[in-house]
Amino acid sequence: MQSLSHEYIIGENGYINLIPFKDYTIDYFSPSIIKDDSKCIRCQRCVRTCDELQNIGALTVSGKGSEMKISTFFEKSMYQVVCTNCGQCVNRCPTGALVEKHYIDEVWGAINNDKKYVVVQTAPAVRIALGEALGIDPGEIVTGKMVAALKRMGFDAVLDTDFTADLTIIEEGHELLQRLTRALKDKDPAVKLPMTTSCSPGWIKFIEHLFPEFLSHLSTAKSPQQMFGALAKTYYAKKTGVDPASMVSVSIMPCTAKKFEANRPEMYASGYQDVDYVLTTRELALMIKQAGIDFKTLADDNYDSFMGESSGAGVIFGATGGVMEAALRTVYEVVTGREVPFEGLNITPVRGMEGVREAAIKIEQPLPEYDFLEGVEVKTCVAHGLANAKTVMQKVKDGTAAYHFIEIMACPGGCLGGGGQPIPTSPEIRRQRTSAIYSEDAHKMIRKSHENPEVLRFIRIFSLSHSDTCRINCCTQLIRPVNAIKRAKGAC
Amino acid sequence: MTKTLKRLDLIFKNEGDSEAILEKTLSRNNEDIISDLIASGLKGRGGAGFPTGLKWRLTGEVEADQKYVICNADEGEPGTFKDREILSSVPHKVLTGMAVCGRIIGATKGFIYLRNEYKFLVPKLRTALDDFHLIMDKLNLDFRVDIFMGSGAYICGEESALFESMEGKRGEPRNKPPYPTNYGYNGKPTVINNVETLAHTYSIFKYGAEKFRDLGVKDSRGSKVFSVSGDTPIPGIYELEFGMTLQRFVDDFGDGDAKAVQVGGAAGFCVPRKRFEKTIIGYQGKLTGVSLPTGGSMMIFNSSRSMYNVLHNYLEFFVEESCGQCTPCRVGTQQLLMGVEAVKRGDKSSDYLNKLLELSEIMRQTAKCGLGQSVANSFSSIVENFKEEMIY
Ligand SMILES: Cc1cc2nc3c(=O)[nH]c(=O)nc-3n(C[C@H](O)[C@H](O)[C@H](O)COP(=O)(O)O)c2cc1C
Ligand code: SF4
Ligand code: SF4
Ligand code: SF4
Repeated sequence: MQSLSHEYIIGENGYINLIPFKDYTIDYFSPSIIKDDSKCIRCQRCVRTCDELQNIGALTVSGKGSEMKISTFFEKSMYQVVCTNCGQCVNRCPTGALVEKHYIDEVWGAINNDKKYVVVQTAPAVRIALGEALGIDPGEIVTGKMVAALKRMGFDAVLDTDFTADLTIIEEGHELLQRLTRALKDKDPAVKLPMTTSCSPGWIKFIEHLFPEFLSHLSTAKSPQQMFGALAKTYYAKKTGVDPASMVSVSIMPCTAKKFEANRPEMYASGYQDVDYVLTTRELALMIKQAGIDFKTLADDNYDSFMGESSGAGVIFGATGGVMEAALRTVYEVVTGREVPFEGLNITPVRGMEGVREAAIKIEQPLPEYDFLEGVEVKTCVAHGLANAKTVMQKVKDGTAAYHFIEIMACPGGCLGGGGQPIPTSPEIRRQRTSAIYSEDAHKMIRKSHENPEVLRFIRIFSLSHSDTCRINCCTQLIRPVNAIKRAKGAC
Repeated sequence: MTKTLKRLDLIFKNEGDSEAILEKTLSRNNEDIISDLIASGLKGRGGAGFPTGLKWRLTGEVEADQKYVICNADEGEPGTFKDREILSSVPHKVLTGMAVCGRIIGATKGFIYLRNEYKFLVPKLRTALDDFHLIMDKLNLDFRVDIFMGSGAYICGEESALFESMEGKRGEPRNKPPYPTNYGYNGKPTVINNVETLAHTYSIFKYGAEKFRDLGVKDSRGSKVFSVSGDTPIPGIYELEFGMTLQRFVDDFGDGDAKAVQVGGAAGFCVPRKRFEKTIIGYQGKLTGVSLPTGGSMMIFNSSRSMYNVLHNYLEFFVEESCGQCTPCRVGTQQLLMGVEAVKRGDKSSDYLNKLLELSEIMRQTAKCGLGQSVANSFSSIVENFKEEMIY
């Protein structure tokens, strides 16, 4: 819209300014999304996005004529309604009437404060889209430049969320195996299947509002961001000798819901707020511009070591179906001792852009300890966009779908189409970002989470293998707090 | 004062012969009935003036598993109350029109979209519907009519907003095309007609196309029911022939001191005294160009009235009743209202009126539906003809 107003040389408003006559209040109470009606042109894109794409209906139109406006249930604040903070509406808003809550000033403040040690993590989907906001074509991967820019901006450590994405896979994969064992071997009727992924905070808020009876189906693994935050202020702090109290943990995400997630009161596993500030891809682009960095000409740089290494499986987290594929690569190998039977490890049935995709993997000749899985077809389902999530969950609720494992991402296309990604995000651009992700995966030396050497080292240190007795402190770092206690007492 | 206008008594005449007329009409083939309707020159009385026969034919030609006939009884235009009168005194005529339309286009379901303020008509209408459904059974015609209550927004009288509202959504006009003939209620081909239009079809079925055509002039055939209000000693509903001049109208209905007549309600045109003689009432007379919602409102103002207040009133109406979905209309109406207030107060110079006239023209060209497009009608005709009253 701004470029249009430049094109048509729209300058001064010759008419009466109506804004002062309205009594607009800005809703800045949500940690994710700010709504400022005074900037709104009532185009209703947000309403349609929320309703048609996400099937949430958190935003509606109220009033008519001069009173017409975009509103929420009983005009409540965005954080009090069913809004999942997915940010798809923000991504479609042409004016800035809906924006993510910015934490740019806070982050600059931390960087410029000598007493603070600022670590930053970057999500898999950021590197494949950041370039778009800085004049580079969609589909180009800018990992090296992004790391270089972050270092120039003054972050003390530039680390990779992919590291905890790999951890998530190991955690989630083992949990799936545990649930399968209890269900199929021990015939325990209390086991909750299907198990669903838990890494998309928009999806978490969605299930809390709309299918609360299925909360126990969620994997107990925290999202990679929150695992990372917790580990940064414990494991990383201990290894580097940094006082966690002086550490500021920042994360760069394609997502607005992560802002809400980081602010959840239970996300204090390290004793501090695990993730202090979440920035979207767009905010990072803005900061790079503010810093006067010429992004296009930057030379590539590498992540700091440790918690900077990742596998291809961690990378594909950014695309719909990615978590499923990564988990299957690990689970299949744990069970059978062989790699997944797909050419080049590419589990193509779970890839693609269709809203709901189903795939079954038959387990043959498992290792002796998993012989109860012989011939079992592990039924999986992948859905992205909350409208599709609703369809799938409704089926599960009605008992018409017998899945073992479901991956759900709140945003269309997965994180690569997240609400915090560069504007515009269109189906075509989502496709380009998707191919970027899969090509990054294909070029990685390590393709499986359980082969990431840093992750292996970490697991050794924390003796995080579920056959051993799990230590409660390791669990609280990785697992959603409510469940950590249960896990510590129970099977784990 | 001599009463010179030819008053008619077609529509409200109740001869209790609806079953016979229906049976007679249904015995003819569809094409004959449509040809008759087209020959009669009947045009929609809801405002847009679209030839009714053509509308039915177009809808009939579309293939679909389900079609609908809807009677638009939302009558929301300030100063109109004719549809209420027709529905309460001759509902069977409207229903007959709907049944014939249903047979022609292949619809089995009809609705009367009734303005919420007309709730009191419901018991009467229900009785009429019961009788009607008995006749349907007797004639072996699979056609049922239901009442759908509107909820009070003026914009829901606009056909596509009406469909949205019936579908349980917010009453906002849709993009056109597709037109209702192809994509109406529930996305199915739909004939939507004003109450009066449907009642007129009955007269045509009964008396034939010729008789109807004989009334009126050139492109405006037949009679029209007018709701006369304002500075008149005899306000009320009158059925008059098309083609009279405003002068004759004012002679009959005015109080001798009329300075302006607002033809067609808030969305219509204001005609000043000096043009009474030259203005003919009919689709080709003053009522040309844009669609005029619920034609038939005639409001007479005498010299004691401030045209500024009249305009202010209309603008307030539009500011409130715009659905708000498109910017030209939502913001434009507020700008016009605040603009004339500012000029009146002296905060803006009288030149600002020209800027506002330009704005109303932009609204005519860019607004999405008839509401926003027609604001310019009353605005420009009042501002241009009564400029002094706007400024001083
Ligand atoms: C803002 C607006 C309000 C309208 N209100 C009415 C109404 O109250 N009653 C009506 O019959 N037509 C109304 N119309 C016209 C309808 O859209 C439609 O043209 C009409 O019902 C068609 O019937 P006809 O062909 O019999 O005239 C309105 C149009 C607009 C743009
Ligand atoms: S953030 Fe998502 S759920 Fe919330 S209003 Fe926007 S589109 Fe709807
Ligand atoms: S998308 Fe933005 S400008 Fe458009 S209606 Fe929604 S908040 Fe307003
Ligand atoms: S012109 Fe006015 S009433 Fe019509 S669609 Fe636009 S805002 Fe709504």
